[in-house]
Amino acid sequence: MATALVDFDTVLATYDPALGLEVHVELNTATKMFCGCPAVFGGEPNSQVCPTCLGLPGAMPVVNGKAVESAIRIGLALNCSIAEWCRFARKNYFYPDMPKNFQTSQYDEPIAFDGWMDVDVDGETFRVEIERAHMEEDTGKSLHVGGATGRIHGADYSLVDYNRAGIPLIEIVTRPIVGAGEKAPLVARAYVQQLRDLILALGVSEARMDQGNLRADVNLSLSPKGSGVLGTRTETKNVNSFRSVERAVRFEMQRHAAVLDQGGSILQETRHWHEDTGRTTSGREKSDAEDYRYFPEPDLVPVAPSREWVEELRGTLPENPTTKRARLQGDWGFTDLEMRDVVAAGALLPIEQTVAAGAPPQAARKWWVAELARRANDAGVELAEVGVTPEQVAAVQALVDAGTINDKLARQVFDGLQAGEGTPGEIVAARGLAVVSDDGALGAAVDKAIEANPDVAQKIRDGKHAAAGALIGAVMKEMRGQADAGRVRELVLEKLA
Amino acid sequence: MSADLTRRTAAELADDLASGATTSVALTQAHLDRIAAVDGAVHAFLHVDAEGALAQAAASDERRAEGATRSALDGVPIAVKDVLATEGLPTTCGSKILEGWLPPYDATVVAKVKAAGLPILGKTNMDEFAMGSSTEHSAYGATHNPWDLDRIPGGSGGGSAAAVAAFEAPLALGTDTGGSIRQPGAVTGTVGVKPTYGGVSRYGLVALANSLDQVGPVTRTVLDSALLHELIGGHDPRDSTSVDQPLPSLVEAARRGATGDLSGVRIGVVKELAGEGWQPGVMARFTEAVDLMVGAGAEVVEVSCPTFVHALATYYLILPAEASSNLAKFDAMRYGLRVLPEGVASPSAEEVMRATRDAGFGDEVKRRIILGTYALSSGYYDAYYGQAQKVRTLITRDFDAAFAQADVLVSPTAPTTAFKLGEKLDDPLAMYLNDLATIPANLAGVPGISVPSGLADEDGLPAGLQVLAPALADDRVYRVGAAAETLLTSTWGGSLLDRAPDLSTGSEGPR
Repeated sequence: MATALVDFDTVLATYDPALGLEVHVELNTATKMFCGCPAVFGGEPNSQVCPTCLGLPGAMPVVNGKAVESAIRIGLALNCSIAEWCRFARKNYFYPDMPKNFQTSQYDEPIAFDGWMDVDVDGETFRVEIERAHMEEDTGKSLHVGGATGRIHGADYSLVDYNRAGIPLIEIVTRPIVGAGEKAPLVARAYVQQLRDLILALGVSEARMDQGNLRADVNLSLSPKGSGVLGTRTETKNVNSFRSVERAVRFEMQRHAAVLDQGGSILQETRHWHEDTGRTTSGREKSDAEDYRYFPEPDLVPVAPSREWVEELRGTLPENPTTKRARLQGDWGFTDLEMRDVVAAGALLPIEQTVAAGAPPQAARKWWVAELARRANDAGVELAEVGVTPEQVAAVQALVDAGTINDKLARQVFDGLQAGEGTPGEIVAARGLAVVSDDGALGAAVDKAIEANPDVAQKIRDGKHAAAGALIGAVMKEMRGQADAGRVRELVLEKLA
Repeated sequence: MSADLTRRTAAELADDLASGATTSVALTQAHLDRIAAVDGAVHAFLHVDAEGALAQAAASDERRAEGATRSALDGVPIAVKDVLATEGLPTTCGSKILEGWLPPYDATVVAKVKAAGLPILGKTNMDEFAMGSSTEHSAYGATHNPWDLDRIPGGSGGGSAAAVAAFEAPLALGTDTGGSIRQPGAVTGTVGVKPTYGGVSRYGLVALANSLDQVGPVTRTVLDSALLHELIGGHDPRDSTSVDQPLPSLVEAARRGATGDLSGVRIGVVKELAGEGWQPGVMARFTEAVDLMVGAGAEVVEVSCPTFVHALATYYLILPAEASSNLAKFDAMRYGLRVLPEGVASPSAEEVMRATRDAGFGDEVKRRIILGTYALSSGYYDAYYGQAQKVRTLITRDFDAAFAQADVLVSPTAPTTAFKLGEKLDDPLAMYLNDLATIPANLAGVPGISVPSGLADEDGLPAGLQVLAPALADDRVYRVGAAAETLLTSTWGGSLLDRAPDLSTGSEGPR
């Protein structure tokens, strides 16, 4: 049953949205949260398991100190207080991919709490309050075989891979974000985007949404405009890209409004996001009956990070993101408008890395914001997953600066990079993309163009240099684009001087 | 010759091996023969690994020939409670749900025992998942008390206690969550020790209640317990609740106690662990034991631990809560029993889980899962589990206050001698009362020992003396336990177990 949606602007006329985001970050520790198994992505199924992460009878957990360190650094970077003493708790529920049928998590004693993060949207700053960041372990992964949807419903059987079971996760939970109004979808997106930048800067996770290193659940509710009372919320899971975060918020706002407008009430439930249709569908109902029977994990001793250690870790934090944005804008000489586009495209970090790899800032900005952001958008992927690395962009720009290729050819090099054809240098060679710098061949092409366009040639001889464009175009066409337009212009003007 | 070997203590066997008077193969075979002769009647073992034990014994003899023994007990065989994971040996926890499971790893204590060169005779019977005080809740049939085969051997570790009492093994490993080592010790006339919580690794112990469980020795003498305790104790990086500090010398404490001198030792008699419901014969043996200790120089004070009366209720909230969560992992997905529901064409994972848990768990286990699930439920947590944790703190404070007045506390280990098989099976509350005196030590994490105190006049069955000490002062239970053992044994003119029926003649018991 597809619900008719309410037009987005109409929603805002009647309701105030309240957002909440729960982001799971998979840490990049060498080993799992509670055992010594490797915590790397992509091993043979069930090859990275032991009695502890398989939940075998008798096995016991031991806390990964590096994961605690990462949790504290994330907490500090989010301006949180760090608990002097906290415990793990068991979250009890049955699921085949959860080895112990309880998840070792944290409940009322999170490692980090009461923080905030400032999020920039269109030059406006929203302060997102962080309720908590806590440590927990990931579950295994179920693969449902047979059936049309790949979901458990209708599947013939399921396979479970426990390699992921026990990988350290940090769950970061915001307080309700109110007052964002029409910008709610953008604030949600910007929060996740900027949180990802922060996580990457901390170096605690690969933070790739497409690989599930960073997973966002979006909570949304509407309340009658100006009432200030939070409505019933839905929790949308499986939102695996920044774009989807924005779209999911927008969709749920429109859906909630449709239900409420008809006098219906919102079910407190989990919903699934579908990238292809851009809609959410109902998952399991989250009633009050769902009872995880939390209690402190008796196999683990409390985590009590010393204040000295916390301060030492504070000293390892990367620069504050807001300060950093201001500094980079100054360093790069970008206008406010350029910087806003950079942030909106999620291109801050790639540009920084491209500049670090030797490219001029304006060139880096041009490639990332104009060229690659468009390609990512067309492919429906995030900028980081566009298939071109900052180092490659810098290498392409170096080829341009050296006159080996021009901007037009550079775009073909990006095609090659996305197709995995090798390094920029290899692609230029393999595709025969180098501009012709041999003046003999160029000169012949210029002569040919002059001969074919006597009228234009005469105008140039008469001093109308602006007419040279037509001849340059003809030469470039003749050379199939593989010429340096600047040099062609010089030759044309020389010959018709 | 064989019979002689099985009646010797572990310390004596170690001496025999050292002097060359016997070999590990000979004494391992003697115990296997004894098992073959009497275990049909006792049913202490769920699994006997004759081949493995003899191979380990042969390896021990080779090491000894090369002068490369690994420990004082190298070559002395041992039995292991079936709740401890043993690589490649069945580990069922007395439950159908783990039937056929072969663990791919050894519990830390098992690894230590193997590394020290002790041949493992087999796995001993127990109440299912250690829930019970009679071993009648084993899914594989009850164990019988060697003193009277119609009676219970205590529980949950009735198998380990009966194996040692029936001379089927000189040593055994047990686990104690509310008395499962000490109470079977008391009713079978053997010695059992629950170490300080964290003193011995729990890694590989299939948890009943993680915050209460401890692994400990089950033997016929205090010295043997000390030898085994030193071997299995110590910090384990795989168990973060294990204590990272050196143990006091327990063997030294046991030897010192064996002199029978208790001068300067203050002994506290716990007022609350006596009175109505306590069998007169048990109390009489207890009082005599205390008198003997006074005669040996000890000073006796009466101490009061008023919150102990709430210990049982507290225990039966904390234990089921933790157990209900621990037992969730038995879901037919990765190991053990898998039962397909009847009349369902293609059952879902949930339906298989439900059918398996219904068929695989016994009534007592289901009872405690339900209790624990309820106690942890939203809206009830504070009233039950939360409240129980607070009382637990109060019990610990009572211990602290009592230990300010006395070096050790003493009580009878269990209120009664062994009751008849089946007698309390339909009355869980009466069954739970067996652990009245042993539970407080688990709630507070303090160490305790049970040593035989004599035979009750009413029924001629063994009773036990319990000695408790402050956390990490395990040496005190060994010193006082060994002294009591020496003093009592001299009044009996020999080991209490010498008075037990000789099962090998087949003249005793129904089987």
